[in-house]
Amino acid sequence: MSTAIEIPYNSTERPDTGLYNAKLGVWLFLASEVMLFGALFSTYVLLRTGADTWENGAKIGLSIPLATINTLVLIISSVTMVMSWASLKIKNFSRYKLYMGVTILCGAIFLVIKGFEYAHKFENGIWPSTSTFMAIYFTMTGLHGLHVIGGLIVNSYLWGPGSKMWKTDPERFTNRIEVAGLYWHFVDLVWIFLFPTLYLLPGK
Amino acid sequence: MSDTHHEDVQSHVKTYIKVFVALAVGTLVTVLASNIHLGIVLGIIVALVIATVKGSLVAGFFMHLSAERKIIYWVLVLTAVFVVVMVGLIMFTRQDQQGRQQGIFAVPQGHVPAHLAE
Repeated sequence: MSTAIEIPYNSTERPDTGLYNAKLGVWLFLASEVMLFGALFSTYVLLRTGADTWENGAKIGLSIPLATINTLVLIISSVTMVMSWASLKIKNFSRYKLYMGVTILCGAIFLVIKGFEYAHKFENGIWPSTSTFMAIYFTMTGLHGLHVIGGLIVNSYLWGPGSKMWKTDPERFTNRIEVAGLYWHFVDLVWIFLFPTLYLLPGK
Repeated sequence: MSDTHHEDVQSHVKTYIKVFVALAVGTLVTVLASNIHLGIVLGIIVALVIATVKGSLVAGFFMHLSAERKIIYWVLVLTAVFVVVMVGLIMFTRQDQQGRQQGIFAVPQGHVPAHLAE
């Protein structure tokens, strides 16, 4: 008799929810993330509506070309993430490694570009304390950047040592990629709203 | 692995590619629209409508929300209710009249310290 306790429903569906447990778990986590970013977006609205004047991001030095490239990079990473899951569904592990590798690479490129943007601002003496706009800009993009870093760590584990599970429990591993993907797509989704909010909306 | 299942995944992959193209086009349209002088209100509405369409594509297809279990929809409905309440509470503070010169919470001039009086 084995002494290890088997965690139930990590590859099969639970009868009452119709889902494997990790999937419901990650959706509940994403619900809390919606509240976190929702609080910051409403803070942005309150600060903007309460201010006599508000800057347009591009006019005070935010780079629209770099942010556009970053948006496309994150969108590509979302596609490759879902492709990596689809590859496992058709039992093509080498294709999974390729797509997940590209996802990780895109996440890293996003952070490098964001790093250049931050460095350029610091060189020009622009800090969170410079203005209310820059305070909310650094808060929102900084928190989003931390989420990208978190996703990169998890994805790198699932690309590297964590992928050993494919040999022992392929269905559970495929589910792990699906829930990691849900988180990664959420991070992409947040950026889709951050990009116009901070870089493109007109000032007043 | 059955052939039917394999074909299912292949058709999903085709959808993912189409969604990717739509997202890339949407991104370029957002940037181009921001260069047109639409005014503040219309400019904000256009940018947020495009972002909402793009976000819906990501949630609907990449996150498979277009065909998901009921319990997840309920989790999201509950989340939406809480977001509305949270944002609503924050927005109500915009109506706060305390300390203002006019309105029901205006401080009578006699109670204003001399160094703060206009």
